This record gives sequence, structure tokens and C-alpha cells, in this order.
Amino acid sequence: MTNSIPEIEDADCVFVIGSNTTEAHPLVAYRVFRALRKGAKLIVVDPRKTQLAQLAHIHVRIRFGTDVAFLNGMIHAIVKNNWQNREFIEARTEGFEDLEKMTQKYSPEEASEICGVPTDAIREVARLYATSKTSTILYTLGITEHSHGVDNVKSLANLAMLTGHIGKPSSGVNPLRGQNNVQGACDMGALPNVYPGYQIVTNPDIMAKFEKAWGISLSQDVGRTIPDMMDGLIDGSIKGMYIFGENSVESDPNIHHVRRALTSAEFLVVQEIFLTQTAQLAHVVLPGASWGEVEGTFSNTERKVQRVRKAVEPPGQARPNWVILSEIGRRMGLKMDYSSAEDVFEEIRSLTPSFAGITYDRLHDEEIQWPCPSVDHPGTQFLHKGQFTRGRGLFHAIAYRPSEELPDAEFPFILTTGRRYAHYHTRTMTVRCPSLEREFPGPMAQIHVRDAEKLGLNDGDSIKVASRRGEIVTPVKIGDTVPEGAIFMDFHFQEANPNWLLGTSLDPVSKTPDYKVCPVRLEKHPTDGL
Amino acid sequence: MDYRFVKTTCPFCGCGCQMFLEVMDGKLIGTLPVKNAKMNQGKLCIKGWSAHEFVQSPDRLTQPLVRKNGRLEEASWEEALDTVASRLSSIRDAHGGNSLAFLSSARCTNEENYLLQKLCRAGFGTNNVDHCARL
Repeated sequence: MTNSIPEIEDADCVFVIGSNTTEAHPLVAYRVFRALRKGAKLIVVDPRKTQLAQLAHIHVRIRFGTDVAFLNGMIHAIVKNNWQNREFIEARTEGFEDLEKMTQKYSPEEASEICGVPTDAIREVARLYATSKTSTILYTLGITEHSHGVDNVKSLANLAMLTGHIGKPSSGVNPLRGQNNVQGACDMGALPNVYPGYQIVTNPDIMAKFEKAWGISLSQDVGRTIPDMMDGLIDGSIKGMYIFGENSVESDPNIHHVRRALTSAEFLVVQEIFLTQTAQLAHVVLPGASWGEVEGTFSNTERKVQRVRKAVEPPGQARPNWVILSEIGRRMGLKMDYSSAEDVFEEIRSLTPSFAGITYDRLHDEEIQWPCPSVDHPGTQFLHKGQFTRGRGLFHAIAYRPSEELPDAEFPFILTTGRRYAHYHTRTMTVRCPSLEREFPGPMAQIHVRDAEKLGLNDGDSIKVASRRGEIVTPVKIGDTVPEGAIFMDFHFQEANPNWLLGTSLDPVSKTPDYKVCPVRLEKHPTDGL
Repeated sequence: MDYRFVKTTCPFCGCGCQMFLEVMDGKLIGTLPVKNAKMNQGKLCIKGWSAHEFVQSPDRLTQPLVRKNGRLEEASWEEALDTVASRLSSIRDAHGGNSLAFLSSARCTNEENYLLQKLCRAGFGTNNVDHCARL
């Protein structure tokens, strides 16, 4: 997030796009409720009528995957009505002319043709977002998990820069990150192109710094991304894989493809706390200690580095992950003789400028958000004050591209996927939380009442959902949460995991798979025992 | 009776709610929200309130496993770690570091993620490290 969660409640306009906030980030939703109570305008852009959408002043029921057309339509309306922040554009940005030229093709009428949003709604949302004193954008995977996810994010950045709603409190472009430490895993350089602190692997000076610190020569080749690694296992260019705390078999799209990839590995090691579907394919399984059993830190979605602490001993012979990784490192001749998690953190600080000022001592009673370059620095509540990381903010002129795989006569429905409030991802943890399992014991797809009538379905009936990759059977809930022509499924249950159905279309830049638009066919499925 | 509270960060979504783990006689028995935390201000969602429940599941892995004759069998730490280091090294020696790939974890700590990417880059000479942020 460019900004911080508590700031949301003081925004004059909250613009939520592609986020089912009440289910996926309940404590962020709570700040949105507070903002509403303080008089904020709430705009929710989502094809589904989510809980938050029902509380919105305007619910923009956009067609699946047409965000760029809608956002360009907003930009067109803002420029046409002179609602942009000229001062900000002049002082802080470049490339505005290109954006203006591109969005000329997206009048509200033209945008409406593509995204299905009434022209008046496009203008009104544009007015509210642009002319409110502070406007904040909240988004999640409804924006990024598309074959044009990067275009979606850049379009949101265009909107924020155009109106100057960035670089100040209660504004900004705020991705709500889905996992406890997905921010930290990025911060720590668990990415193929950067070292810790987003230091580029192809920069010779950076490489020299890490070579000196680690006492070994390093590779200058940018590494491969997850989808590319899976392809590499199948074509034989990758032969060995180390999976640490990730249940790829159930969480990646197109399970057939992932299983084939992982079973092609000459050697697969999985470090885990449970014997997941992924661990069952391994040659070696290493039992790690869990959250609650180890010391360390997580970075939350606001870039806040927070302590996790050991409360109980790990079971049996399970060991802290830092100990396991150091043991393997030592066998590879590396100097990895750490005495504690704090010892590891000290090494991180010494090599990562944005973490340099953070210490375990400070975290004892301070809440610190990176960048924090020195021990006397208080941390950074919001980013891009005064200037952007690259200097001037660059507008990107982006044309709308349809999703890669679109419905046709054979697969006429759109499948979209997401999280439910009581569960988490592949349920390896929440299936073992009896309170949560009781709350939400099985899969439940959502379809529209008129589609249910056409298919002859009642609430709780089972349907077969088929795509070009395969088919699954799931019970359905009938209502108007999803629009006609669509089906929503959660991804928590092995017996009805939509990842069997999803394809492998990727965003060309980020290599993020499309989890939000997948053409499928629906058929009533006979229910046993009735 | 040994009864204590240990301050920590919720293990589920990216909000980073602060909580106390409630520990009695070496077992986790509950969670309580931290009232003066800026982010959650004394609140937790249903997942936060139930977060302690999975940790002591009887399904936890408690011993290293090594595949022998097609089956995963219990093994010592020495055997498991030696197998990992030697098999990965022999693949690297035969086909180069870029024939190996490492997936890190958005579930685990900064310290653990740092070490995993260090092991990949410094131990095996490849930048083939990624994690599920991309998914």
C-alpha cells in the first residue's frame, strides 16, 4: 500500500475495485465502515454484488475483465470536465499528453459499450473520485489476477496521478495483500529479478555488494517465474525443485498441468507443516516449525514490520525453518551459522537499505513501516510525498485488451474465483481449525436466479462445471450476488477446486495467471440419495 | 499451572492484526486482540480468533520423510538434510544452477524468506526463486 490502513477512515471518497473487502480483509472493511460513518462516499466496482457493494453509494457492476475500458472512461470524463489536478500533473508527472490522446477513444459512451456501466455512472464516479478532497483506491486480486492485470494496476496509478490523490494522507493506490507475509516475501527478494529490498539482480554494483557479503560469486541472469518453472519441469530445463511452505498442487491454476510438472521433477523437496497434496509428491519432506513456535517478523500490507513470537515448542522433531535452511546452506559451504532469528534480521538490515533502521529492540514498542533507512528514522506512513521513486510519475497510455479466453457457444458462462470469510487458500490450516470448519463446511458456488431457472436448479442442487481443462461438481447457492451468465466459486475445497478448470493464460509482464475470467459450461448434476 | 500471553502477529491475511497467544501449560488455548495496536484496535476477525487451532493439530509433520522404493518413509534429520544437499548439488553439477528452482513462502517470516533466497542464490548460483505473490 502507498498509504496506511487507519488513514482510510478519514478519506472523503473510498474507491474499492476488485476487492471483496468484508470477507477477505475484515479489519480493512471496518475502516471503510468508519469512513462511511464520517460521511465518506463509497464507490465499489465489482461484477458481484458483494456485501460492501450493497453499502456503496454507487455500485458499478462492471463486466468481467473490462476494468481498463471503465477506468479510461473515467479518465476521459475527468479531463473533459476539467476535474484533473493540473498543478500536480505539471509538477510531479510526465506523459500526460499520451494518456489524454489514448483516452480520447474512451468517451463514457464508448467505454460503456465495453464495460456495460451506464454512462451517467461513469461520469458520476469520475466526478466523486476526482473532486473529493481525499480519495483512496483499495484493490486486490480482482485487479491483478487477469491476463491484463498490469494494465489494470497502471490504469489505477493513472487515475491517482491525474487527480493528485497520491503522496498525501487518506489517498493513494492501495493493494490489500492477501497473505500474512506476501509483502515480506517480496521485500526479502524471494523474486527472480531482485535481491532483498528490491535491489535489481542485473545491477553489477548490487551484485558485488551481495557477493562480498555472502562470500561467493552470484548469477547475473534474471531467474524464472512460477508458471515458467512449471513449464521448465515439463520440458526438462528444470530438474530439481525446492518448495518451501507452498501448496502448489492446489493453489496454482490448471492442476493437471501442475501435477504433471511436479511429478516430472528428478528431485523435489518440500518443507512444510502438514503433508499437503504437494508434499505427497516430494522425494524428501522436511518438517518445519509453525507460526506460534518461532521468532521472526512479518511485513503487513502497509509495509509495517511486526514481530511474531514463539509461544510453544514445535511437535516431535520439527525444527524452525531458519535452522533447516542454515543446515542445508552449511552443507553447501555457505557461512550460515546464525544463533537466532534476530541474528538473521541483523544481516537483512545490513544489506537492505529500506530495513536498515529497523531493529528487534525498536519493534518491541514501536510500529515501523519501511522505508526506514536509519535507527533514528520513524518509518514511512505513506509513500511518494514530494516525489515518486523514479522522480516524476509516468502516465501509461493503455488500450483495453479483452481477457485472453472468452466465452463462446460451447463454454458460455464466465467462472470467477475468490476467498470466503472463514477459510484461507487451500485450507491446509483452516480445515484444522474446528471453529472455522463448522462455520463453512463445504464448497458453495454462486449463480444467478435466472440462470438457475434455465438450468432447472434449486438451492443446494449440484452442478457440473466444465472448462477446456476438465470438470468438477459443486453444490450451488442461487441468488443475485453474481450477474447472469457467471458463476463464482471459492478455491478452498479439494473436492470442488476451480483450479482444475482454469487455464494457463498469463499477464505478459507479471506472469500472473487469470483466475477471474474462465469460460465454462454448466449442467445440472444428479444428486445422490434424493 | 503456567498461564501466559505471548504477543504476535496474525498468520492469515495481510492486515497484520496484533494478538496475544494464550498459553496454558505449554499448549495454545486461544487468541486475544491487542487493544492498543494501531491497526486492529482490539478487534479480530473470525479467522484471527481461531488462529491458534491449527498449530497443535495431530496432522502436523513431526519427522523428516525420505522416499524409498516409491514410498515416503521416516528418516533422521542427518539423512534427510544430506539427501537434499547431495541431490540438489549433483543436479547443479550436471546441468548448472539454472536447472534448479526454489519456491519461497508468503506464509513464513522475513528471516526465513531471506534465508531461502540466500540459499538459492549463494548456495546454488541461480536466481530461480519466486513465491505466490505472482499468483
